[in-house]
Amino acid sequence: MAAIAHESNHPTQTHHEVTRDVVNTLGTAGTGYFLLLAGAVGLFLVGVVTFVFLLKDGLGLAGYNPPAFWSVYITTFVFWVGIGHAGTLISAILFLFRSPWRTAVYRATEAMTVFAVMTAGLFPIIHIGRQWFFYWLLPYPNQRWLWPNFKSPLVWDVFAISTYLTVSTTFLCVGLVPDIAAARDMMKGWRSKVYGVFSLGWKGTQHQWQHYSRAYLYLAALATPLVLSVHSVVSWDFAMSIVPGWHGTIFAPYFVAGAIYSGVGMVFTLMIPLRKALKLEHMITEYHFDNLSKLTLLTGSILFYAYAMEYFIGWYSNNTYEQTAFWRRAFGPMWWGGWTMIICNAFVSQLFWFKKVRTNLTALFIISIFINIGMWFERYVIIASSLANDFLPYAWSQMRPTWADWGILAGSFGWFGMWFLLFARTFPVVAIQEIKEQIPMPRLRKGGH
Amino acid sequence: MARSVPGVLASFEHIDAACDAIQALRAQGRQDFTVYSAAPSHELEDALGITTSPVRLFTLIGGITGVCAGLGMTYWMSLDWPLLVGGKPIATVPPYVVFLFELMVLLGSLSTVAGVVILSLRRPTTGLAYDPKFSDDRIGIFVPCPAAEVGGVERMFRDAGSVEVRHAA
Repeated sequence: MAAIAHESNHPTQTHHEVTRDVVNTLGTAGTGYFLLLAGAVGLFLVGVVTFVFLLKDGLGLAGYNPPAFWSVYITTFVFWVGIGHAGTLISAILFLFRSPWRTAVYRATEAMTVFAVMTAGLFPIIHIGRQWFFYWLLPYPNQRWLWPNFKSPLVWDVFAISTYLTVSTTFLCVGLVPDIAAARDMMKGWRSKVYGVFSLGWKGTQHQWQHYSRAYLYLAALATPLVLSVHSVVSWDFAMSIVPGWHGTIFAPYFVAGAIYSGVGMVFTLMIPLRKALKLEHMITEYHFDNLSKLTLLTGSILFYAYAMEYFIGWYSNNTYEQTAFWRRAFGPMWWGGWTMIICNAFVSQLFWFKKVRTNLTALFIISIFINIGMWFERYVIIASSLANDFLPYAWSQMRPTWADWGILAGSFGWFGMWFLLFARTFPVVAIQEIKEQIPMPRLRKGGH
Repeated sequence: MARSVPGVLASFEHIDAACDAIQALRAQGRQDFTVYSAAPSHELEDALGITTSPVRLFTLIGGITGVCAGLGMTYWMSLDWPLLVGGKPIATVPPYVVFLFELMVLLGSLSTVAGVVILSLRRPTTGLAYDPKFSDDRIGIFVPCPAAEVGGVERMFRDAGSVEVRHAA
């Protein structure tokens, strides 16, 4: 293992060291990996068993209380969609901005995006109750030739999420092809043959690079507005209604900032142990975590502003329903959820003003757990508290999650973790080709290009 | 098994040496050689005189198709079974912009990937000599040529600074 410092924008390894170190991560895994994988599969099975009960007995098992008919499942749906956003921001938006530090971390975050959106996509299906009719959301007519209502934000969401999943999967796969070819060429025996199939005949010829490089640029250009649009559309699931606490024009930017904030939080949670487990500390360094922390500070501060503005507008609107909704968020029966989200998101993110925190990986890992918890609670508070306290006080109730809610939530973490762990040992988690692009090749003569 | 193409395969450790060899080949009027590299390089592109890929046309056509498909789908489906809801127009653009945008991105992306596949297939690599080091840390150049020209091409590669030259039969 080349113990080479990486404290600036430019990696100092040689091309061969980059290939060797990344391809070595695809070798045989240790006991710790299998224990983690077993844990993830176990959690996933908890979700499967819960889902079987939901299929058998219906949504009555979940803690829905009229009028709160959206709760943990929709909360978790928004949570996982949000997690995905950091991956596309790092892989596509920072690519367009030519931020070289993204190369070491973008592959893993992009994989995180795909698996998070895959996880999110399950939740509307779980939530609809009669899951076997999920295809009614697709644009085809019913037996009376009636088409879906295209003015409904829920139908917008179907298109936004399925496009996001398709495009982010495409983006991930396209980026992987040259690296899989590098793995094919470095490995021996059956592994080389398997990677050979997945490399799609890639040889890195001038014609292949000519088309590939341009295509990658256009994919990034298309994914950039997509990532901003997807969480805006998700926010409109709420903002387009007139429910107090939901009906705000701030929702789209507020949700996008929250999504990136939560996604970077999950990047910390995944990458800090991953770099150690795969012995990639010399490639994914404090420098990368410092930059990611600055991104967290920016989005966390936007969230801080959005939270303050929500409460201010609630008061300034002079609208009783809006004022009550926000009063109850802070001091009502769900005050603990409201304060959890404010402390974990608005205040904890401010710790990143200090470089000592930004470069202390233990602190970052602990903070990332708070970010994950805070962002889940943010969605829970927005969804459950607003719906439980609408216009008619006699109908007010409280959402009381049951084992069926927690079982599916746990299952979603297992499902996500299982795919991520399988990916980390099967495909290169660091973009070999893009790192090599930053390393100048040796020259016979002095002077650069 | 595809038949291998006869020619000369050279391997370079130094990028300027590879660029010199490419320029020498172009000066000889050769256009059908293949250059392998582990990562794209502007220096190699300049030496090869590579122009912008036509893949952008696929992206453009896919994107425009997506916008048209989104507009056509939403308008046609709304008007096919006119249902008045809340006094709002039966078919109207603002709520349908989401579909136009999503389908533009979706079809634009998929057609871009299709473009790469189609354009790459126009220059197949089957039968061309290759070395696994080209995806690691070497630059490779393969020149298809008859046995009579092999000596001259090998000499040119060695003069340019190639670290390994072999005759692929």
